[in-house]
Amino acid sequence: MFNLFQTYTFDLLSIVFYCLLIFIPLLLGVVLALYADRKIWAAVQKRKGPNVVGPFGLLQVPADGLKFIFKEIILPDGSDKTVFLVAPIITLALSIAAWAVVPVQAGVVLANINVGILYIFAISSLGVYGILMAGWSSNSKYPFFGALRSAAQMVSYEVSIGFVIVTVLMCVGSLNLTEIVMAQKNIWFFIPLFPMFIVFFISALAETNRPPFDLPEAESELVAGYQTEYSGMPFVLFMFGEYINILLMCAMTTILFLGGWLPPVDIFPLNELPGFVWFLLKVTLVFYMFAMVKAFVPRYRYDQLMRLGWKVFLPLSLLAVIMTSSVLFFFNLAPGM
Amino acid sequence: MKLFKFFKSFLLLDFLKAFFLAQKYFLQKKATINYPFEKGKLSPRFRGEHALRRYPSGEERCIGCKLCEAVCPAQAITIETQPRDDGTRRTLRYDIDMVKCIYCGLCEESCPVDAIVQGPNFEFTTETRKELYYTKEKLLENGDKWETVIAENLEADAKYR
Repeated sequence: MFNLFQTYTFDLLSIVFYCLLIFIPLLLGVVLALYADRKIWAAVQKRKGPNVVGPFGLLQVPADGLKFIFKEIILPDGSDKTVFLVAPIITLALSIAAWAVVPVQAGVVLANINVGILYIFAISSLGVYGILMAGWSSNSKYPFFGALRSAAQMVSYEVSIGFVIVTVLMCVGSLNLTEIVMAQKNIWFFIPLFPMFIVFFISALAETNRPPFDLPEAESELVAGYQTEYSGMPFVLFMFGEYINILLMCAMTTILFLGGWLPPVDIFPLNELPGFVWFLLKVTLVFYMFAMVKAFVPRYRYDQLMRLGWKVFLPLSLLAVIMTSSVLFFFNLAPGM
Repeated sequence: MKLFKFFKSFLLLDFLKAFFLAQKYFLQKKATINYPFEKGKLSPRFRGEHALRRYPSGEERCIGCKLCEAVCPAQAITIETQPRDDGTRRTLRYDIDMVKCIYCGLCEESCPVDAIVQGPNFEFTTETRKELYYTKEKLLENGDKWETVIAENLEADAKYR
């Protein structure tokens, strides 16, 4: 009995430890990402951005978080209160769960499962539930419309993201994220698959409801979309979930196209740096593009968004799947053939 | 032409152009200042918080002619006058409702003795509405407080009047 208890305690503690191992860096990452987002946005508009709280305004985001924690959680009268409160928890939990399979360095990954990419794809598809639940349970028109838009948008762009991932997978021959990175030892995939890299990046913007595709929360039309009725802690959970998703998409772009933790060229001073440094650098670069796009691209109209998704990206990615497979087949380049 | 347009949108040329433009602005000098810590330059004509001035002898300038009250488009000024013991006309009340005031500067323009002026102060927010109903005491106090700056500004702007 004692032995059994001992085994379980150890398991439990190790699970908690691993959870914290993934959660704390992510929290830190989100804080930095929010800060960087605001700073970059400000810089493009020739403003200074947050610079009062803490050194260089670095404590602005924790201060905002603290403010939200002490605010009242308002439950709208006509809302379905259970679903209303569960929705942000689902959003955050799913976005964190996806990070379990992301490798930051060779061997440094929480769960090195052999269907990693499928897992991430499944989890990020589930993310739409949090938003739908939030919009519907609020029992209010703006959140409802926001949720509808968001659901349609995420489903549309997942299709093209799926095809882009298929193209990459055909070049790798494995669903394991570590192996996807290792397959880019000779050449990063963004060079041979350049159009797909762009399609993936733009779809990632749409997938995470980032500008210029932030129609679910377009303030000029829908106040704040599905977040309209939220306040205090649930709002923070949504915010965190959203930014963790953005970081996940940056990490996915890095892993699929920018060679993960591999240095640009395998020569002396560059390959001495530990892998996660390269990984972080690349994620930062992709996030910089995310933030810049927010600053200089105007918001799409909803029909334009749908047109881009279904009439441009879907045929383009389908074509890419066929082209890539043909090239791989006729030149006998396909791995495992 | 259609083909050209197609390639233009397909190669994301507009996007690239916008990116480099944004990058240019990104590196430029910031247009904003750290407001509460550093302040922008104000023109001597700046129309801020009102003040009633005095002569160097300490005598208040206002002669109760009520021109400002008459000219005020927002009707924010209320004046009551009475002859003083030495026979001069002086104000009993000189109230400005700072909530009504539109800061047009007409009171300052109309004043024959430069008594009512709008000083350089624009940071006079209050926590209650009541505090914005300025009385004669408050206005005179403002005048004493800002006299040096107001006199300098009036002199700097005098040649353009």
